[in-house]
Amino acid sequence: MTVVLFVEQCLNGIQFGLMLFLLAAGLTLVFGVMDLINLAHGSLYMIGAYLTATLTAATGSFLLGLPLAVVATAVIGMALEAGLLRHLYRRDHLSQVLATFALIMIANEATRAIWGVQSLPLNVPDVLSGSVEVLPGVGYPAYRLLIIGVGTLVALALYVLVTRTRMGMLVRAGASNRDMATAMGTDIRRLFTLVFGIGAALCALAGAMLGPLLAVQVGMGENILILAFVVVVIGGIGSVRGAFVGALLVGIVDTFGRAFIPATLRAFAPPALADAAGPSLAAISIYLLMVMVLFWKPQGLFPARG
Amino acid sequence: MNLLEVRALVKRFGGLAATDGVNLDVRRGEIHALIGPNGAGKTTLISQVCGTLQPDAGSILFAGVDVTRLAADERARLGFARSYQITSLFPSFTVLDNVVLAVQARRGSSFRFWRPAAEETGLADAAREILQQTGLALLARRMARELSHGEHRQLEIALALATQPSLLILDEPMAGMGGEESARMVSLIEGLRGTYSILLVEHDMDAVFRLADRISVLVAGRIIATGPVAEIRADAEVRLAYLGEDEA
Amino acid sequence: METSGTLPGARLERDAWWQRAAPLAALALLVALPPLANACGQEFYIGFASRVLIMGLFATSLNLLVGTGGMVSLGHAAFFGCGAYVVGILATEWPGKGELALLAWPAAMAASAALALLIGAISLRTRGVYFIMITLAFAQMLFYVALTLKAYGGDDGMSLARRSTLPGIDLASDVSFYYVVLTLAAGSLLLSGRLAAARFGRVLLGIKDNEARMESLGYPVYRYKLTAFVISGAFAGLAGALMANQNSFFSPNMMHWEQSGIALVMVILGGLGNLWGGMAGAAVFLVLEEVLAAFTRHWAIGVGAILLAVVFFAPRGIAGLWAQRR
Repeated sequence: MTVVLFVEQCLNGIQFGLMLFLLAAGLTLVFGVMDLINLAHGSLYMIGAYLTATLTAATGSFLLGLPLAVVATAVIGMALEAGLLRHLYRRDHLSQVLATFALIMIANEATRAIWGVQSLPLNVPDVLSGSVEVLPGVGYPAYRLLIIGVGTLVALALYVLVTRTRMGMLVRAGASNRDMATAMGTDIRRLFTLVFGIGAALCALAGAMLGPLLAVQVGMGENILILAFVVVVIGGIGSVRGAFVGALLVGIVDTFGRAFIPATLRAFAPPALADAAGPSLAAISIYLLMVMVLFWKPQGLFPARG
Repeated sequence: MNLLEVRALVKRFGGLAATDGVNLDVRRGEIHALIGPNGAGKTTLISQVCGTLQPDAGSILFAGVDVTRLAADERARLGFARSYQITSLFPSFTVLDNVVLAVQARRGSSFRFWRPAAEETGLADAAREILQQTGLALLARRMARELSHGEHRQLEIALALATQPSLLILDEPMAGMGGEESARMVSLIEGLRGTYSILLVEHDMDAVFRLADRISVLVAGRIIATGPVAEIRADAEVRLAYLGEDEA
Repeated sequence: METSGTLPGARLERDAWWQRAAPLAALALLVALPPLANACGQEFYIGFASRVLIMGLFATSLNLLVGTGGMVSLGHAAFFGCGAYVVGILATEWPGKGELALLAWPAAMAASAALALLIGAISLRTRGVYFIMITLAFAQMLFYVALTLKAYGGDDGMSLARRSTLPGIDLASDVSFYYVVLTLAAGSLLLSGRLAAARFGRVLLGIKDNEARMESLGYPVYRYKLTAFVISGAFAGLAGALMANQNSFFSPNMMHWEQSGIALVMVILGGLGNLWGGMAGAAVFLVLEEVLAAFTRHWAIGVGAILLAVVFFAPRGIAGLWAQRR
């Protein structure tokens, strides 16, 4: 294992982990505070990516298209919350799974109807298409570094929001004791809508940033949704800190798994077995991680509810 | 002859000792009342006795056998039965079926996949007998969720009796009851005297003084006194402050 | 409370005559379907009906878990896919003997049951949302493992050379295959009904209602739940084996989490905990899909909208509507 490869994979893992955190943060709050299993969270990510691609094409600038798309997705998210999802908070998990599953079907098909079945082009802005020397002799794509920067900034901003503001206090109170949050008054509805809007905006940001790296296509939301759920469960439902740790853990384990497990297996096992088992093991590494965490701590690493 | 022996039981939550070296005996056939102010640790103690909470130290013996490490269902099969302070029934079952489910727990294996339980008349007959005994016979076909609070409490007792226990642990059976309902519950428990060994947790002092053979007083996780009713009563007069406060 | 509509086992009284007659009428109709379809020149519907019955069997197996036992699994497709892969792998590796239905189908059930034992043993230590997520995680693992099985088509899946063989019955014929599926589905439904009304089913219902109380009554709850999980997995495996035969094809998509989601949708649509819920839900879902697809390419929007309407206006599914009418 060369140092260059190792550093590169570390950065890849952190970059992917930070983007997972953007999704997982919203998911864990909605989960912990409103007690809603929102399978359609990934659809907001998809919508964010599609809007970014469209608005970037329309305005000719990624830097203009991205914030517009983030705002638009936040508005869509808040409308969805106020019009529909709000009525699911008091329902059982099964109803929530059914309703948000239905939303995924609708969102995916509507996306196909509007944008077609082909994936949309969304390219790394020219300015960022080069690479930067992170260590002497070790180059790393500038755009991925930007993702790490943005992800870190957003994580810090969220940290301040959750720990230092009144809104954050209410949210934390809600995650640890829902009745208390409900008892705190009428503006709880507005708070929920706002939290949902922020979650949607974070989804859109992740969709926009990852769009140029992965493909902007129908179904992109579900793939990452499950990873985000894994993150939430590993971190402990309702805990933003847990989501952060879980996201980095999942990002790094997944990246390292894919990069190193097949090669490592080949060194120890017969080639036929290694070729068969390597990719499987790499693909399931994060699920194994989750099962191990749940086996050891059935409430996740940072249980928000005592 | 003791049926239940609790020895030096300790349970801590964080730094707080909710159960702080408790010793407690329940003799065969007696009604043993456990009293104490709110927050004394009664429910924590009961949960450890029943096996839903693991103690940090100490032991629990049942008929001479150490059951400290056994799970709740294993203890139940040995002869523990519990009624809950906060009603805990099967709301979508009828009253009769609630009791049938409890009877079924002690009559042969329930890993039976083919024969309808409804055709096992033995189960329903045994359940009806228990409903008769607990004064619920007329409500047999009602859904459990439709019952009044007092009836819920009666059904709690019926479920406990249906498992044919030797030790009955009744956690505040009179909680939230009116005078008339309380009186009915007192006579129901009176009727169980001698047949079962009973550990009775109760706030209603009149009921406790009428029913109990012996009383243990739990304060701040420790048993501060155990003895016959008269003795504790005398003692209790000294502690008028505590009892007065508790009855208010 | 209309108990017969919601909890078949929670009540010891007998159904009204027409409630007992309805299944027989449905069965008669299903038996008569192939000749009717042939007479109308609509052979397509025979294959379609087989698909409905197979998905209905799959959903019924999930209903035992979710509706009777209260264990909400979002990974049931793992067992469905496992059944299909066992049939596929046996047929590929051992042409001839491996294609014997009497060998391959029980093997599929056994393999799915074993898998369920393993997954259930770990998953059932968690509860609620964590249980939902851990079952999902296990199913995803199998999905990714299937993706990398290059010898069996990788992510494209693989076609079967032909359907399994049964002595005396030509399964290659869609009509014969339909009758075999119908027999197995009816048998499974009968079994599932007996199970729900027997002691075991009532214990499961009790666990769904109040798990802690079941424990304090002396029931080893974990063992009952695990047994239900294994039985449910075995029948999902049978459904998977049949589906691989119906389509002469198996692929990782059969294990995709969307498949688990659809099964859950069918169960809720039909009626949670209702004996007929799985079958009714599968029929309504697939017919809906078919009808809407005739009108628009974007039928999924319509299906989604109808599902939303069910959540908000008929939370107890079709069985709930049925019970309210009485």
